[in-house]
Amino acid sequence: MSFIETPFRPYAPGSQPDNDTPTYRSTELRHPARPLLKIPQTITELSGPHFSETHFPPTENIAVNAGKEALGERIIVEGHVKDEDGRPVPHTMVEIWQANAAGRYNHERDQHDAPLDPDFKGIGRVFTDEAGAYRFITIKPGAYPWGNHANAWRPNHIHFSLFGPGYATRLITQMYFPGDPLLPLDPIFLATADEDARDRLVSKFDLSITKPNWALGYRFDIFLRGRQATPMEDSHDHGHR
Amino acid sequence: MITATASQTIGPYWHLLEDKSWANLTRFGAEGETITITGTVRDGGGKPLTDACIEIWQSSPAASDSFPGFGRAATDDAGRFTFKTLKPGPVAGPGNSLQAPHLAVTILARGLLFHLSTRLYFEGEPANENDPILGLVDEGRRGTLIAHETKPGVWHLDIHLQGAEETVFFEI
Repeated sequence: MSFIETPFRPYAPGSQPDNDTPTYRSTELRHPARPLLKIPQTITELSGPHFSETHFPPTENIAVNAGKEALGERIIVEGHVKDEDGRPVPHTMVEIWQANAAGRYNHERDQHDAPLDPDFKGIGRVFTDEAGAYRFITIKPGAYPWGNHANAWRPNHIHFSLFGPGYATRLITQMYFPGDPLLPLDPIFLATADEDARDRLVSKFDLSITKPNWALGYRFDIFLRGRQATPMEDSHDHGHR
Repeated sequence: MITATASQTIGPYWHLLEDKSWANLTRFGAEGETITITGTVRDGGGKPLTDACIEIWQSSPAASDSFPGFGRAATDDAGRFTFKTLKPGPVAGPGNSLQAPHLAVTILARGLLFHLSTRLYFEGEPANENDPILGLVDEGRRGTLIAHETKPGVWHLDIHLQGAEETVFFEI
């Protein structure tokens, strides 16, 4: 069996944040000082984990915990996962985590003086469908202070984790909310140089997702790396089985 | 063409680790040579990362319902992580080359806006000599990718994000 896969294309300049971002203080001692070593994409980078819904059951509605409604503003978040060429990424796992409506994570390290909600864990997992669509129901997360600089507050955000078709398409990102006055002050959001790339981290309010008398809807489309135009023959000798 | 969505940090309060079982890649009944991977992660000041998420991915043995090929672990108060998995075999490399057994290792943490990618190889593996990826690494830094067997079946790798012993990280 031969292993022929088209490599993923390089990230567009400016579309990704630089780990060396002094305005975000935690990067100081954590960013590699030496340049990254560019390596060819092999089977390890071109293939990816296997997540079955049997072993990793979806939890679409995290606004309810054991039948009890979490506190806060219920919202619906919907979108598509596509590649850079607009092709859907079907059946891929999407994980989310977030603070509660008061801006507090249900996490032992979070000591922010805001109430915890016993009915909100803030963790969810869904899989995209055939068309790359995903959807979950949650509570709008609150803003919270952090120690980066004087009077620093993180804008409201939901963390997203995606895998896509290969190890090289791994993505961890954050979804923001439209009109948040904290966005222009947030060094994490601002760390991405390209304005268009930054703006696509902000979800859009969508009346067609909004459910009458129930919840506001937001659209957040996610794009994973696309493939290069020319296929590359990796090897005829597929040694991994 | 729309460019790929920008990466953002996992932050200090990442919640992905619902369950410590994620660090055991054999939990769905995979059979083979079981090994333990241990390691520590330190920053440029030599301080352990106590809030990091470490992920491993291996293309061998092939992922299946009984073996996701993927594991995730949190670092502890000393910056340590542990995985239980199956020993990978050699896999195809570019052209007609063969890659030595290895794991892809991802570091996600507060202060990392884009995850770091490296690899873990196994000390004493003859195939390391001709591994096409190790061959791209300066000889003086190759050791940052090679785990040592501390006990039979237990392999250890120290990861340094920055500084004199900085691990080799990849652009893939």
